Amino acid sequence: MSASLYTTRRIKNVIAMVLSVIATGLGLFFLAWILWETLSQGASALKPQLFTKITAYREEGGLANAMIGSLILNFLGILIATPIGVAAGTWLAEYSRRSRLGPTIRFLNDILLSAPSIVLGLFVYTIVVLPSKYLSNGNVTFSGLAGGVALALIALPVIVRTTDEMLRLVPGTLREAALSLGVPQWKLTTQILIRSARSGIVTGVLLALARISGETAPLLFTAFGNTFTSLNPLTPMASLPQIIYEYTKDPSPDINTIAWAGAFVLTMFVLALSLIARFAFRSKVSHD
Amino acid sequence: MHATASNAATAPAHTGASRTSTDSRNDLIFGWVLKACALLVLLSLIGAAGSTLWLGQDAFRTFGWGFLTSAAWDPSNDQYGALVPIMGTVGTAMIALVVAVPISFGIALFLTEIAPQWLRGPVASAIELLAGIPSIIYGMWGLFIFAPFVAEHIKPWLMNNFSAEPPDGQVSWLVQHVPWIAKFFSSEYPFFGAGVLTAGLVLAVMIIPFISSVMREVFQTVPTRLKESAYALGSSTWEVVWDIVVPYTRTAVIGGVFLGLGRALGETMAVAFVLGNTFKFSWSFLETGSSIASTIANQFGEAQGLQRSALMALAFLLFVVTFIVLLIARLMLRRLATKEGN
Repeated sequence: MSASLYTTRRIKNVIAMVLSVIATGLGLFFLAWILWETLSQGASALKPQLFTKITAYREEGGLANAMIGSLILNFLGILIATPIGVAAGTWLAEYSRRSRLGPTIRFLNDILLSAPSIVLGLFVYTIVVLPSKYLSNGNVTFSGLAGGVALALIALPVIVRTTDEMLRLVPGTLREAALSLGVPQWKLTTQILIRSARSGIVTGVLLALARISGETAPLLFTAFGNTFTSLNPLTPMASLPQIIYEYTKDPSPDINTIAWAGAFVLTMFVLALSLIARFAFRSKVSHD
Repeated sequence: MHATASNAATAPAHTGASRTSTDSRNDLIFGWVLKACALLVLLSLIGAAGSTLWLGQDAFRTFGWGFLTSAAWDPSNDQYGALVPIMGTVGTAMIALVVAVPISFGIALFLTEIAPQWLRGPVASAIELLAGIPSIIYGMWGLFIFAPFVAEHIKPWLMNNFSAEPPDGQVSWLVQHVPWIAKFFSSEYPFFGAGVLTAGLVLAVMIIPFISSVMREVFQTVPTRLKESAYALGSSTWEVVWDIVVPYTRTAVIGGVFLGLGRALGETMAVAFVLGNTFKFSWSFLETGSSIASTIANQFGEAQGLQRSALMALAFLLFVVTFIVLLIARLMLRRLATKEGN
């Protein structure tokens, strides 16, 4: 009787363990499959002209304008999001102790972190693209600037969260020591606290950059796309994810091949950024 | 905060009193600037909800509550109803959860209880890295690789066994006796890989890293003494997990699942290619459909007038629903943060 109970429990345990190993294998298999297809299909499609020619030439062209556009858009996004995000994170960590607003904003920031990016894109369309008609004779113009604002909105919560977490790791004795010397709070914050949390904040910015460089949905109705190279942020701009989206939908297999090459470059860029963020700075930042 | 005499001597312009007042004024301004930046987070959430509601008001006014229950999406007659995109969004997200939650649970279990110590770190980082792959890549893989696979291997099997018009011509025993099952497995284009099921499976693969890494983090918060007590009483690994770890972390595990659901509901690019973008109402998993996000991505560029407003109204609905789902997720995960202290 007790021997059979023992056997049942052991069998149950073995079944659960086997299922768990199978689940891990299955999860890793699918993720490896996606990575493998991207790398193999993309690597075979790589050509030097991808980096030198623009998308206006279609099959004979490359992705140069999209890559330049992506760099400008990401740069704009990070440029807008970093000061605001670091300031907001600093307020949450250092100033919001006695206010009820602090926990609320921290909580809402976590929600913004996973809000649907296409809706954020439509929001930026409403506040940046639509008002542009008052500036340019009634024509609504998509622009790289709008794309940058949309990406900034996605990068913002990542930067706010890491800054907040990193500043809260700074030991309180550092604050007390500075305050007892008569240092004003703004000087303490900018010159001591942010400096000692700097590597963590940089990690956060890099993670935010990795996150926005793969975003497609918010760029569709803001930066819109452009078949030529554009360096002016007030004009529509192409980006790598948006061109991959267009080229994947395209019926021509040659165009699909270029999309794979773009996917390869994009994935490599994003994975390299996350690797740098995780291993070069080796900090305990949560990423969910 | 009084300036010392030597300070006052080297900087005569700053007497003690004026320096204190400058500092306190600067402190005040600095604090307000930081607070304004923090308020931007709040404003952008309100703005996203407000702007989509504002631009979607025409559609809400024209169709009223019928907007939610009408299956018509007909730009040529200017008739719009949200039912098909809502069903597509909910259907794909549900399939994704049903597939992703058990697999994620298995992965988290493997990484916290079963795997040898040297394997845990590498496998966990590999899965987290893969969470960073852009969603458009999942979409491409779905369209070019996975949809043909579904059309060739998964769909014929499902249709042979569960549909009323199987490709092999033999209606299965199950369908003969339980005919309503066939309703969920019919397909107008049996050899076409795109559909609700395919999109749901692509989403599942995409959210597995999110859910499993939250579950793993959550499982790690269970105090070792609890688990060791159970082991000391002779529990097997599975009993420790099912009777100690899961009850201890239940709320947070559900929070992690809701976090995954929030991602799945709002995802655009992973499903935009493999859903088919059709607007015919159907109960079938194998039929093509559309989701809220994919509809916006496909149509907003060329939409005018009422159609544009209907798309904005869809965006508002999506935003409100994901907001509620994520709110529940974060509330459930927040309890964990207080628990972690012990």
